[in-house]
Amino acid sequence: MAVTTNTMMLRRELLTRMIKHLKEGTLKENIDRIPYIMRPRDMDPLRCCVYKDRAMIKYRAMGVMGFGTDDEKDEMTSLSEYYDRALDRKKIEKEPLSVMDAACSACVKVNYVVTNMCRGCVARPCAGSCNKDAISFYNGQAHIDHQKCVNCGLCQKNCPFHAIIYVPIPCEEACPVGAISKNEDGKEHIDPEKCIYCGRCISACPFGAVIERSHIIDIFKSINSPKKTIAIVAPAIAGQFKTPLHNILGAIKKLGFDEVVEVAKGADVTTKNEAEEFITKMEAGEKFMTTSCCPSYYMLAARHLPEVKPYVSHTRSPMYYTAEIVRQQNPDATIVFVAPCLAKRFEAYSDPYVDYTLSFEELGTMLIAYNVNASEQSEYAVDKTIDPISRGYAASSGVMNAVAVAVGDKAEIIPVVIDGINKDTIKELRKFAKACPGNMVEVMACEGGCVNGCNVVANPKVATRQVQELAKHKYDNNII
Amino acid sequence: MQKIVVKICTGTLCYVMGGSELQLLGEHIPTELQERVEIKGATCLDYCNQTGSGNAPYVLVGEKVIESATIAKIIYEIKEQAK
Repeated sequence: MAVTTNTMMLRRELLTRMIKHLKEGTLKENIDRIPYIMRPRDMDPLRCCVYKDRAMIKYRAMGVMGFGTDDEKDEMTSLSEYYDRALDRKKIEKEPLSVMDAACSACVKVNYVVTNMCRGCVARPCAGSCNKDAISFYNGQAHIDHQKCVNCGLCQKNCPFHAIIYVPIPCEEACPVGAISKNEDGKEHIDPEKCIYCGRCISACPFGAVIERSHIIDIFKSINSPKKTIAIVAPAIAGQFKTPLHNILGAIKKLGFDEVVEVAKGADVTTKNEAEEFITKMEAGEKFMTTSCCPSYYMLAARHLPEVKPYVSHTRSPMYYTAEIVRQQNPDATIVFVAPCLAKRFEAYSDPYVDYTLSFEELGTMLIAYNVNASEQSEYAVDKTIDPISRGYAASSGVMNAVAVAVGDKAEIIPVVIDGINKDTIKELRKFAKACPGNMVEVMACEGGCVNGCNVVANPKVATRQVQELAKHKYDNNII
Repeated sequence: MQKIVVKICTGTLCYVMGGSELQLLGEHIPTELQERVEIKGATCLDYCNQTGSGNAPYVLVGEKVIESATIAKIIYEIKEQAK
């Protein structure tokens, strides 16, 4: 997902600009100017005109301040007013995604389009094969009636000139569970009952129309209050910058966090509990058990795979255990989970100990805005009690490896790894309820694991190498 | 023959703005040029402070600065200099 695109760069530029002002305490007076600075009148527009570009930046800026597009009741409300509201709020709305409908409407309603290559032939197999009578001819070419077409694709299959093309709707193709679809106006809408928070639609939309509610303002409020603010950081962080882990964690601390704790610490607990649970379940004769730490998979099982749900482990995620440990020692602190993906942001909403989530992308832009170089040598002392194998949770097979070592010879593990949730692997998982090819199933929603989460900054291939290398050895300050 | 030195900026700004992908450069250099090229990391080349964040990531190929660097752009420049 970390293939660099313009929408991604725009988002990161906006985040950096806003955070710079937040840091200086000058956001309120400057925020309404940011869309104009980013898209001046003499600049080539990305959309139809700079005015629309600016309007979309405004919605995006609302997202950065924790609002969804549905929160807009009056179009005249300025960004500085939203900033005031963000400062006043006690808690943030839960549903993390919304669609900027003005940015979205660009996509087709019907996937099949007759191109100019249509010769208007005599045989007309397109019209002959259409069961819905959706094809008519005028001006010597075929035309598809959007009201009648049901996207079956028969016309395309039968056209002898290959004149009919399939135009995908990227967000709908990317969504593995059919949670994003068009409303009667042709605008995409995310069904909160179906969404599993995998974040694919955010990366897939070429117009960047899906926006995420950020907690940045709330995190800043906490950092600047007398309250202690503690960052707990997901294992995938180790691959996000080209520098050893202790430098990255040290750089995070420089952003104003009172403490920075590795979530690998909680992964130690997850490994132990999951191994014990596995042994108990196998002794009790259960067919198989699946991991539970990827919240997107957890939601998939809960909302779409009732037959697999009973096999999901009851062990909690590394985030949960880490936050629990930190909370016991710091009952009044604000706990910020630094996460690679949207699913973790969703999980944190129902976590009893985590207050806010900061995505890797937000963290990266925060480092830029603060002029903190992640590679700078740091004195940060890495927690030596953490089992290095726990740092491997961030890559596919990482959880399986850790649990297998913990189970040892107490039970026989026949591993099955589902590397990435998509329409095919969902079908495969559904079959497991009847016949599972193994007895321990690891599922991660993103191909390659958390290093490929929707909010990462580093190339997943580069990040995977760093994470896997780190998981092999006791912590050494020289390993990247 | 003198080697063409490629310095890839791994400063935070370049990395966040898409620079991490450039770490894979080594795998993409054509076989016939591999002997001619030496890839080095650089903590921060400081170009970001000179021109603003819009043009990161930065890469130096020999003496030439590549803005908004991509693997394709770097290889193109290496080929030019190898002529």
